[in-house]
Amino acid sequence: MSAVSQAPVRQQRRATSFLARAVREPAAVAGGLIVLSFIVMALLAPWIAPYPPNASDWMAIRQPPDAAHWFGTDDLGRDVLSRILHGARASLAAGLVAIVVAVCIGVPLGLLAGYAGGLVDLVISRLADAFLAMPFLVLAIALAAFLGPSLANAMVAIGLSATPIFVRLARGQTLVVCAEDYIAAARSQGIGPLSIMAAHILPNILPPIVVQASLTMAIAVLAEASLAFLGLGQVPPDPSWGSMLDVARQFLGEAPWMAVWPGAAIILLVIGFNLLGDGCNDALGPSRR
Amino acid sequence: MGSLLLKRLAVALPTLLLVSMLVFLLQKLLPGDPALALAGEERSPEVIEYLRERYRLNDPVPVQYAAWLGNLLQGDFGNSIRTRLPIGTMLAEKLPVTIELATLAMLVALLIGLPLGILAALRPGSWLDYGASVFSLAGLSVPNFWLGIMLILLFSVQLGWFPAGGYVPFTQDPLGNLRAMAMPALVLGTGTAAIIMRHTRSAMVAALNQDFVRTARAKGVERRRIVLRHALPNALIPVVTLGTLQFGELLAGAVLTEQVFSIPGFGKMIVDGVFSRDYAVVQAVVLCTAAIFLLMSLLADLAYGLLNPRLRT
Repeated sequence: MSAVSQAPVRQQRRATSFLARAVREPAAVAGGLIVLSFIVMALLAPWIAPYPPNASDWMAIRQPPDAAHWFGTDDLGRDVLSRILHGARASLAAGLVAIVVAVCIGVPLGLLAGYAGGLVDLVISRLADAFLAMPFLVLAIALAAFLGPSLANAMVAIGLSATPIFVRLARGQTLVVCAEDYIAAARSQGIGPLSIMAAHILPNILPPIVVQASLTMAIAVLAEASLAFLGLGQVPPDPSWGSMLDVARQFLGEAPWMAVWPGAAIILLVIGFNLLGDGCNDALGPSRR
Repeated sequence: MGSLLLKRLAVALPTLLLVSMLVFLLQKLLPGDPALALAGEERSPEVIEYLRERYRLNDPVPVQYAAWLGNLLQGDFGNSIRTRLPIGTMLAEKLPVTIELATLAMLVALLIGLPLGILAALRPGSWLDYGASVFSLAGLSVPNFWLGIMLILLFSVQLGWFPAGGYVPFTQDPLGNLRAMAMPALVLGTGTAAIIMRHTRSAMVAALNQDFVRTARAKGVERRRIVLRHALPNALIPVVTLGTLQFGELLAGAVLTEQVFSIPGFGKMIVDGVFSRDYAVVQAVVLCTAAIFLLMSLLADLAYGLLNPRLRT
């Protein structure tokens, strides 16, 4: 059997063994469970939230937590728990869209830079360096400012800011994979560069990209909360954990619960993604980290 | 060392030029007539005409960029539409405040991160090591603006020990300045402390497993001396590099901390710029942050070259 025909089998085995190792990592399992529960919570929010997220009860303004409102109410008499459940949608959607943007732009560019080399590599790498020189949050703020404040623009801004991380990673991994025999064998059989990149390199560089995606999701969730906190994310009255914290800041003395719960939700979700990423990173094995 | 500096400069300067192009192109993201958008609330025909003239908006994009860059190179960032002040003057006024905050935050990060990382490396698998891992996970996961709010709630609202916000210049009242900066520095430094802790721990574990440490042990050198004189200086090399790079990150992280504690620094300047649609201010802050970030990368490379005997020439 030639090296090329063995490659898909080897790739499949690698991907399966990565998954098998990941589910044996306690950190990855714990992180995965936390993230999964937030996803379920976000999907079921309209049915499990005790109140509509924007419904005001003028008789219950800034009520401390009690049997009717487990997490209390905010300055407009809205149920904090319901707003947190619905706010999970904004956070997860922002994380997901940002990652899709970053991966869909970053990975092909990194692959191309690593595979083509020369001038293409130089241009792409320098561009990635220039983006990386602008600190993530500052770039996201500037992009969100120029694009206009909205949740969709915040997602795009975070995704574009995270793109160079994936360009660098995909390029580095492509350089490693390109040195393998089966790539040389594929080239010698006359397989075109696009097929080599899509069928032979991409599957092999996926595991580290999955790990990076999970760690970047943590950064993206924090960035979305930060942008919303600054007023550059989800537009009120729709709930977002960051904007809830911004409002809570004005009522710290009278209603501290308004600040405690959205913060706890952000921390828990970010810990989930960080644990998942760290656990999967351990599962990669030292040679692929 | 000189050739290393030249090599690094040869990479950093084109990168900065590319950053300036990207920052310039941000303007092109604005919907509609850029002169109207740049004018913000100010819609008088004179201002719009001035902006059209200043940014050469009727010229082709490369000419516009060249003119913009030419002004920047002469230190002319333009005027703020909101305050009407030259942006260069505003930067000179705000930047020292943020640098003070970032320096104090770095001090906090080193005071927490270094000892914790060393102790965790000396007792791998102990409760202390476990506690340090929990701290590092928490430090990376807690949003610093939330931590700031919680500290204000505890130390300002409940206990009244520290002011909830505001800034007093050090030259005016040194004690008042430190009291006002204590909580912001702690908030900003916690995330960096977690990163420094992680790296110090892994660098120390690696250093303690090196042959020269084993030799020192075999020679019967005292444990304290092995840790402080043999392992630590080696472990610190990557940590110094990381710390220098993290300083650039702290300047960016200051955006939220300054917002929470109402500190009139660099970060507050960009946020105010965003909300008053003062786009030239936003561009200037992004460009300056990137320049500082690149300078820090350059210093990190040089520090690595200086500290690592194998790279010394």
